[in-house]
Amino acid sequence: MNPQTGKEYWRSLEEQADTPAFREFLHREFPVDASIWEDSVSRRQFLKVMGASFALAGLTGCMRSPEEKIVPYVKQPEQIVPGKPLFYATAMTLGGYATGLLVESHEGRPTKIEGNPQHPGSLGATDIFTQASVLTMYDPDRSQTVLNAGEIATWSAFLGALTAALSNPQIRLRILTETIGSPTLAAQLRDVLNKFPNARWHQYEPLARDNAYEGARLAFGEPVETQYRFDRADVILSLDADFLSAGPSWIRYTRDYTNKRRVRAGQTAMNRLYAIESLPTNTGAMADHRWTMPASEVEAVARMFASGEVNTAPWSAVWKDLQRHRGASLVIAGDQQPPVVHALAHAINDALGNVGQTVIYTDTVAAEPVGQFQSLGELVADMNAGKVDLLVILGGNPVYDAPGDVSFAAAMNKVKLRVHLGLYNDETSPLCHWHVPESHYLEAWSDARAFDGTASIVQPLIAPLYDSKSAHELVAALAGKAGVAGHDLVREFWKAHGLADDNSWHAALHDGVVPGTAFPAKAVRLRRFDMPAAAKPEAGALEISFRADPTLGDGRFANNGWLQECPKPLTRLTWDNAALISAKLAGEQNLANGDVVELRYRGRAVEAPVWIMPGQPEGVVTVHLGYGRTHAGRVGTGAGFSAYGIRPADAPWFGNDLKLRKTGRQYKLACTQNHSSMEGRDLVRAGTLAEFVKNPEFAKGELDYPSMYPGHKYNGYAWGMAIDLTACIGCSACVVACQSENNIPVVGKEQVDFGREMHWIRIDRYFQGETADPEVYFEPVQCMHCENAPCEVVCPVGATVHTDDGLNAMIYNRCVGTRYCSNNCPYKVRRFNFLQYSDTKTPSRKLQYNPQVTVRNRGVMEKCTYCIQRVEAAKITAEKENRKVTDGEIKTACQQVCPAQAIVFGDLNDANSHVARLRAEPLTYGLLTELNTRPRTTYLARLRNPNPELEA
Amino acid sequence: MTAPNETKRNGLLGPGHSYASVTDKIAAIVLTTKTPYSWMFGLAVGFTMLMALLMSAAYLFYKGVGIWGIRMPVAWGFAIVNFVWWIGIGHAGTLISAILLLFRQEWRTSINRFAEAMTLFAVSCAGLFPLLHLGRPWVFYWLFPYPDTMKLWPQWRSPLVWDVFAVSTYATVSFMFWYVGLIPDLASMRDRAKHRGVAFVYGVLAMGWRGAARHWNRYKTAYLLLAGLATPLVLSVHSVVSFDFTVGIVPGWHSTIFPPFFVAGAIFSGFAMVMTLTIPIRKVYHLEEFITQRHLENMAKVMLATGMMVSYGYLMEAFTAWYSGNQFEIAQAVYRAKGDYALWYWLMIACNALAPQLFWFKKVRQNLVLMFILSLIINLGMWLERFVIVVISLAHDFMPSAWRMYYPTVWDWATLIGSLGLFVTLLFLFIRVLPMISIFEMREMVHGTQHHDKEAGQ
Repeated sequence: MNPQTGKEYWRSLEEQADTPAFREFLHREFPVDASIWEDSVSRRQFLKVMGASFALAGLTGCMRSPEEKIVPYVKQPEQIVPGKPLFYATAMTLGGYATGLLVESHEGRPTKIEGNPQHPGSLGATDIFTQASVLTMYDPDRSQTVLNAGEIATWSAFLGALTAALSNPQIRLRILTETIGSPTLAAQLRDVLNKFPNARWHQYEPLARDNAYEGARLAFGEPVETQYRFDRADVILSLDADFLSAGPSWIRYTRDYTNKRRVRAGQTAMNRLYAIESLPTNTGAMADHRWTMPASEVEAVARMFASGEVNTAPWSAVWKDLQRHRGASLVIAGDQQPPVVHALAHAINDALGNVGQTVIYTDTVAAEPVGQFQSLGELVADMNAGKVDLLVILGGNPVYDAPGDVSFAAAMNKVKLRVHLGLYNDETSPLCHWHVPESHYLEAWSDARAFDGTASIVQPLIAPLYDSKSAHELVAALAGKAGVAGHDLVREFWKAHGLADDNSWHAALHDGVVPGTAFPAKAVRLRRFDMPAAAKPEAGALEISFRADPTLGDGRFANNGWLQECPKPLTRLTWDNAALISAKLAGEQNLANGDVVELRYRGRAVEAPVWIMPGQPEGVVTVHLGYGRTHAGRVGTGAGFSAYGIRPADAPWFGNDLKLRKTGRQYKLACTQNHSSMEGRDLVRAGTLAEFVKNPEFAKGELDYPSMYPGHKYNGYAWGMAIDLTACIGCSACVVACQSENNIPVVGKEQVDFGREMHWIRIDRYFQGETADPEVYFEPVQCMHCENAPCEVVCPVGATVHTDDGLNAMIYNRCVGTRYCSNNCPYKVRRFNFLQYSDTKTPSRKLQYNPQVTVRNRGVMEKCTYCIQRVEAAKITAEKENRKVTDGEIKTACQQVCPAQAIVFGDLNDANSHVARLRAEPLTYGLLTELNTRPRTTYLARLRNPNPELEA
Repeated sequence: MTAPNETKRNGLLGPGHSYASVTDKIAAIVLTTKTPYSWMFGLAVGFTMLMALLMSAAYLFYKGVGIWGIRMPVAWGFAIVNFVWWIGIGHAGTLISAILLLFRQEWRTSINRFAEAMTLFAVSCAGLFPLLHLGRPWVFYWLFPYPDTMKLWPQWRSPLVWDVFAVSTYATVSFMFWYVGLIPDLASMRDRAKHRGVAFVYGVLAMGWRGAARHWNRYKTAYLLLAGLATPLVLSVHSVVSFDFTVGIVPGWHSTIFPPFFVAGAIFSGFAMVMTLTIPIRKVYHLEEFITQRHLENMAKVMLATGMMVSYGYLMEAFTAWYSGNQFEIAQAVYRAKGDYALWYWLMIACNALAPQLFWFKKVRQNLVLMFILSLIINLGMWLERFVIVVISLAHDFMPSAWRMYYPTVWDWATLIGSLGLFVTLLFLFIRVLPMISIFEMREMVHGTQHHDKEAGQ
């Protein structure tokens, strides 16, 4: 729809609706205090809920109500001590699944997200999306006011319009949501459906898990949630499942999986992962054996395993291994695999006796598991048929992310009244009559379920920065309960569901989980299911595969600079997506990185730059969803291309017969690692379990060389770090966590392309072996805090020096910017503010900054500090309590976030500390120790556990 | 018996010159001759280029060093390349003046003033770059040991601090040496100036020089002492500059050969620059009788010798890389020869190692055009040498994941061209207002040819 004509259209409609908004607008023009106080998030309520502190800090410069700014502490809130952070438990949902969080709050400003150790989906770790969500909350591009036809309006005007529309009880109301896991919201929605007999609830999100639920329906006759117990699995077969970086609860799975791989001195037990995959993923990189094939061919393999007659190499060896571990093996199918593969996986697990052991079935986390692509199709059909009077879009951005063959935008015009609730004024909202800003999850009350059903109360950390509403509040308005606050809605629900008294409510808030809400295991019976005949792909035809972007997901995070700049784990690309092709295909079509091609699929085409991906199956082109936003905001608009345009609703994940045509044009892609070979240097040391058993010290090199000079004696602490390369899955959560903790600026695509990204921790990704099927190694590299630091010697002003507890400290305000230290750093971990990168102007951006870390200006060097602010805070606490800092008391940001617990920080002087014990492990080696830098960060060599039968 | 002096002086001064004619000829360039258009043109070009420097510096201070092409891992780019290059050029002056004075190489006489001035201007250009390249140039003084209220001192282990002292000492001593050498000539200019104002300025600058015997006595002592002081500096400055690299552990930097290698390279490039400037100037100002063929030939020989030393350095770099067995050093040597920047490396070899070999031939040493072209090639080659050392080494060190190419931006080029502009501008102003050849030393030479040689010949 043309926005100009939209506006015209709107003005007339408003007149038609007797314009309460217009009167409101006039009223606003000459504001009286009363109008502000009437607003539903009134100051009184907000004080009641959260304490006065938020008013002071949270609203600086962001709201139009200046009187909020000057409210003094009449009575100082009890717990708030300026300079001391508080932590609140809450949860973030993605795809309907919750990750439990503890959010750090400084004087009422949430600044940093941590995982909630008590939450089953998190266990204290998080992923990049949760880490970066705090930046989204402070995003100045967020939608800030209610809009009516693009013009600023008010909530009460909106309510007026809504009430008018809902006065007809027979209204054909359609509610479009994303996957809803929130019990309260689901109950509210059902309430609305009851109230309006002609109302329907549709769900759509582009990464919907339709296939998994459909597969369960095929196998068991009902959609069930499948939980995997990787902590009990010794042999794992992944059927195109990237369970180590995508999908629900991958954070938890990563923990369980890597826990079974930590082989220490004297141990020999290690799980084994066979991965079949249709593009290189983190899971494949971690696998002991990896096979690539087009996604369409996975089904044949699944059928073979399900039939029990596995005679061809290499599968026979895999099958034998699985059978040897009956009840302790696990077969997992990827969400993009068709339902039948899921059903086959259930059958194989059943045959292997894994059900109840490593595979557990429960009720679904999604409140209404429906086929979402189908649901969206039905909605669009209704819309086109003129059967929809009122469409309420609760979150989501269907105009952008609906499949290309579902013309959602065109169907919108046929709906009389359209309402959109969203964080951003995005692609969908200009096509809606009303846009209501959605409260960020850090601003609103809600609840959510983890992958195992455990419920968490989502409590806000700050009053809404803008004039926003939560989905609960909007649905309440639909149900005729406008003005009921989100808190009351959630509280009301839980009063009836186990948290009747205030004590249990407060305990649930405090802990971040509602006890006893995990789903019990569900007894399901595998039934015979009919398998549709496998489609035979045309020989020689190209296959297209759609995947969620590793750092942007489905595109909702497109305006988040941290995520845009976070290098994608395998391609190391930033700020763009690309069509991933194999080296062979590139050779055939004469394509180089950055060549723009036209991808034509089922009659629709999109242009995309290509990226040659080692390990990509030969005939498969993978495109990542989530880019090509047109209304994302200043950061995300215009980055990459949108693959939704060629995505069909009936085969949303992969399909055959893609046509690829070279356009001859070039597109610049910003990659952070241009060189993927280790050049024969032993930077990542790796071996097999068998090698380790034979010679545990196969990776060990000299850590300390003899010196003529006496070394420094560390009488107190001597901090150090150990990084376990067997555990590191390359997910990059540490990169974003570090960025969040240490106020690391975003530099933008052009500067990344220049080589000026500022990440203090980077994950080096190396390939080894053949281009068609390489081994992939991840290696997190940050400042090693060398004992003989080459950087310290060369700084002319002493801006980088050693502390008495062994840290290599960087003194920003002494730095003159000669950059000599960076030149002399063999690890190249130092980052320089070539320009003024830190945003010190945007008011809302400033609120996110960690007050305990200097915001660096241009011309100074910076680098990893081992999170010195956390070290010092713990030291101060310990000193006050007259004790030493205990092991594990300090967690660096990268350590805390790591789902694989690959990073351990602690005191090397304490022989019993975790880090000291790891340093004494036979697998420990140091990076470039031959330079006699004596790094404090050491690595544990990567171990693989290949099947001896397949190795030969 | 032929006196050694005679052969030495042969060809250093055209025949038939008297005290007066020498003085007339040199002083007239400044005082009476009409300013040639070529001077005007040269100054205009230089000044325009200087504006490029001012503009790029202004933009640099406004935006930060990010306007240049530097990045990680190549955090030093053109600024340091230019710095080392200019410092190298600044070596010829003091070498010619001080060391050749001590060695009693009289052929230095007609070119020393000029070379010293060039040194000063080159050092001025060089001195700019460490300032410009700082991330926070406004706190440059933190590199000096000054009484700071926080009791902070520079970090003495850093070669950059040594640089500060080496370069500033060199600049100071070079200036003093040059100025002291100017004093008797300033007095001559004062005495010959027609305009009172001009006479006044020269008079002040001449510091009351009357040419008394006692003046001359003290002057000679002072000059000799300064020469003695300046001599070690010639060797020390570039040695210290080379420490910037040798102290670093970067493959391609961390090498003990650097100090002598750098000094040889500096003299090499310094003489090349003197030659580049001398050949056109002696033509324009008709100074062929003062700066003779023999001068140029001697300079060519020095360049041949230092060029061989530099070539030896290249060979030894490759050899030690191989002999060390150090995988990083070997990889660096191979990368230079065969990597992304191989063209520049081999161009450097062609300019610095191969081109000067032509100086073996007397015909080449007497062909002004060829010599001029060769001197330009060597200037280019020495710039490339610094580029090879600074940029290529950094682009390809220990961690392959961090390797990245360096590309200069328009601002890098503007700053380089701008510094040439500063150099040219200063040089043209010098030619216009000061005697570019030492008058009194030329008179000494006249004295020598008129009296001593005759005596020796009799």
